[in-house]
Amino acid sequence: MARARKSVEVAKTANSQEDLLKFYRDMLLMRRFEERAGQLYGMGLIGGFCHLYIGQEAIAVGMQSIQIKGDQIITGYRDHGHMLAAGMDPREVMAELTGRSGGSSRGKGGSMHMFSIEAGFFGGHGIVGAQVSLGTGLALANQYKANGNVAFVYFGDGAANQGQVYESFNMASLWKLPVVYVVENNQYAMGTSIERSSSETHLHRRGVSFNIPGEEVDGMDVEAVREAGARAAAHARDGHGPYILEMKTYRYRGHSMSDPAKYRTKEEVDEVKKTRDPIDHLREVLDAKGWADEAAYKAIDAEVKAIVADAAEFARTSPEPDPAELYTDVYLEAAQ
Amino acid sequence: MSVDILMPALSPTMEEGTLAKWHVKVGDTVKAGDVIAEIETDKATMEVEAVDEGVIEALLVEAGTEGVKVNSLIARLSGQGGASPSAPEPTPPPKAEPRALSPSPTAQPVLADPELPEGTTFIKQTVRDALRDAMAEEMRADDRVYLMGEEVAQYQGAYKVSRDLLQEFGPRRVIDTPITEHGFAGLGVGSAMAGLKPIVEFMTWNFAMQAIDQIINSAAKTLYMSGGQIKSSIVFRGPNGAASRVGAQHSQDYSAWYANVPGLKVVAPYDAADAKGLLKAAIRDPNPVVFLEHEMMYGVEFDVPQIDDHIVPIGKAKVRRIGQHVTITAHSRMVGLALKAADLLAQEGIEAEVIDLRTLRPLDHATIVESVRKTNRLVTTEEGWGPMGVGAEIIARVVEHGFDYLDAPPMRVCQEDVPLPYAANLEALALPSVEKIVQAARAVCYVS
Ligand SMILES: Cc1ncc(C[n+]2csc(CCOP(=O)(O)OP(=O)(O)O)c2C)c(N)n1
Ligand SMILES: [Mg+2]
Repeated sequence: MARARKSVEVAKTANSQEDLLKFYRDMLLMRRFEERAGQLYGMGLIGGFCHLYIGQEAIAVGMQSIQIKGDQIITGYRDHGHMLAAGMDPREVMAELTGRSGGSSRGKGGSMHMFSIEAGFFGGHGIVGAQVSLGTGLALANQYKANGNVAFVYFGDGAANQGQVYESFNMASLWKLPVVYVVENNQYAMGTSIERSSSETHLHRRGVSFNIPGEEVDGMDVEAVREAGARAAAHARDGHGPYILEMKTYRYRGHSMSDPAKYRTKEEVDEVKKTRDPIDHLREVLDAKGWADEAAYKAIDAEVKAIVADAAEFARTSPEPDPAELYTDVYLEAAQ
Repeated sequence: MSVDILMPALSPTMEEGTLAKWHVKVGDTVKAGDVIAEIETDKATMEVEAVDEGVIEALLVEAGTEGVKVNSLIARLSGQGGASPSAPEPTPPPKAEPRALSPSPTAQPVLADPELPEGTTFIKQTVRDALRDAMAEEMRADDRVYLMGEEVAQYQGAYKVSRDLLQEFGPRRVIDTPITEHGFAGLGVGSAMAGLKPIVEFMTWNFAMQAIDQIINSAAKTLYMSGGQIKSSIVFRGPNGAASRVGAQHSQDYSAWYANVPGLKVVAPYDAADAKGLLKAAIRDPNPVVFLEHEMMYGVEFDVPQIDDHIVPIGKAKVRRIGQHVTITAHSRMVGLALKAADLLAQEGIEAEVIDLRTLRPLDHATIVESVRKTNRLVTTEEGWGPMGVGAEIIARVVEHGFDYLDAPPMRVCQEDVPLPYAANLEALALPSVEKIVQAARAVCYVS
């Protein structure tokens, strides 16, 4: 029954004007949302850790574009962009960042721990690598239920060194689980560059000994992400098992808010911003095709700005959780 | 319309920082995202970006100024060019200080350890630097000692505890690992079995849950299983417990977990002198030692004795304050809270005796029982959960060894029995506080 469900098929050249304008808008929303989150942090409205997604927007947006209803997403703590891509309300994401009752976890989770069953978003995990086994388990459930869905599991270049990643790879391949592993290789894990942490730096090859196909993708090009994502999803959805996409990308900001930034030069960061920025790149594509003019960009800018301002205002004014919330959600009542 | 630029917070625990450098001058036009200043804390250097577009109207804090408080006014921007109308007022959050935890303990005068020689002089040192010095001294003295962990070398430690160690000892002895806790903890234990003396740093103890199998099944048990042949002289160390609003997965106190395991020693110092002396003792110890630090204590300064080889023996508690009405036990950061509570109680005529456990395994219950024999009342404190916890064990020991001395049922002050929430108000409610200790002490003294 379920296998009848078809994956989205896309070729890079086939993206419509409407698709590309939506990608542009979605990426810009993430960028402005994260910039605002950084500001709210500086003002003391957001506490704890806060890992911004700026620079990596094309991945969440491109991958989301090929998912079908019921597919799941799971990632680590750099999760705000993924939640927006999954369709969660910017208000409830921002209000979770400020720890207010209007947040998606009612203020109890914070930046690293948000979830939405409705959006197929399974977190939001703070322990590096943990989401990889959990995500493989989501895929196990898909196979078990024969629902034709795929789990999309995101993790970083640093997380790629955790043992449970390979334990998961083996089982996923052995049992042909419908899972796409998306490595967001932004080249650094906190202050450690991939060269200093990995004996095999081409992370798409990390599945070789488990017979998992993998490919390297320009993670700064939303169309390339979408095309590769469609291929990987089709592979997984059609019963051929896991697939690895290594997205080459870059994180513009510090690891969290506090970051000595001594492990890379300012020139390196500026060079990426200047030559590989995913939003600028898509704008060039749109310009070349003559699909958007100044007025169109202005309108998108204004729309995004208004959404972010509204989310920030909501997050600032939403009340703190009721003290009684402290003791809720620890257990469920067992059925009698 | 002018916009205030406030000193930003760069980390969960930052309260103040140095305004190292201005990148702009009065009259400069900036847009959102432009770097306007550089800020330094004891952990990091960061660039401050403009939040709005406009012209710099005034720089109100001179470059090089230290101790600039978070949220204080540092510059003013004229909202020329249309400051984004959507920018929320840069008012501080409703709770004026974003620090959710109870006030961090200030340096307390230390009762000198009886074993310190007469006339010992002291220097002021942070817990962070004391830990660093302990490692450096032991590494100088013994080539078998090496440090391994995530970001310990080039980055100088995620919390800067290993600052300058790479420079002094080189990459053979200060080793950056990939993010592979289970793996490198195993490598550490293996190398200890082969005669090295590793210090394995966990970025925080939360991440050691990935590695707990190697700590317990390999490090703690192999001496026994090998009939005494295989030794593991190894220290596992890092920050333990709640930091500030880092959420449930990053805020856990493992004191009771490890103190449950035979074959491990478990140490949790409070001040800088003990941090130094106990870490040196831990490194020299022939057994595996779990060394629990606290992020909120790293930057706190204390007196540290200026002697060549300051060693504090593992397994001995310390009476931090003498009193006759109630005994309060504490370890790590809770000692500061217990001392504060004792000061408040003294104003009400209740004199508390505060015992710093320092070591959780082996637990020095003799010192506690001795105190209860005098006070007849006991309050235990810990940052972690109560059930099956450190307080539960202390009360059991007091009942076993001093049942007749008790005039009131002992009380436990601990974290509420829930995962630690992120929201500032809920986090404050969940954690133990000075107020909760005061109330418990009153209760066991039957004072309302
Ligand atoms: C098990 C575990 N170890 C260490 C950490 C601390 N930590 C958080 S993020 C991080 C770096 C991860 O880098 P990467 O996987 O490349 O993801 P990125 O931050 O670049 O998105 C580390 C070491 C953690 N959260 N969990
Ligand atoms: Mg990375």
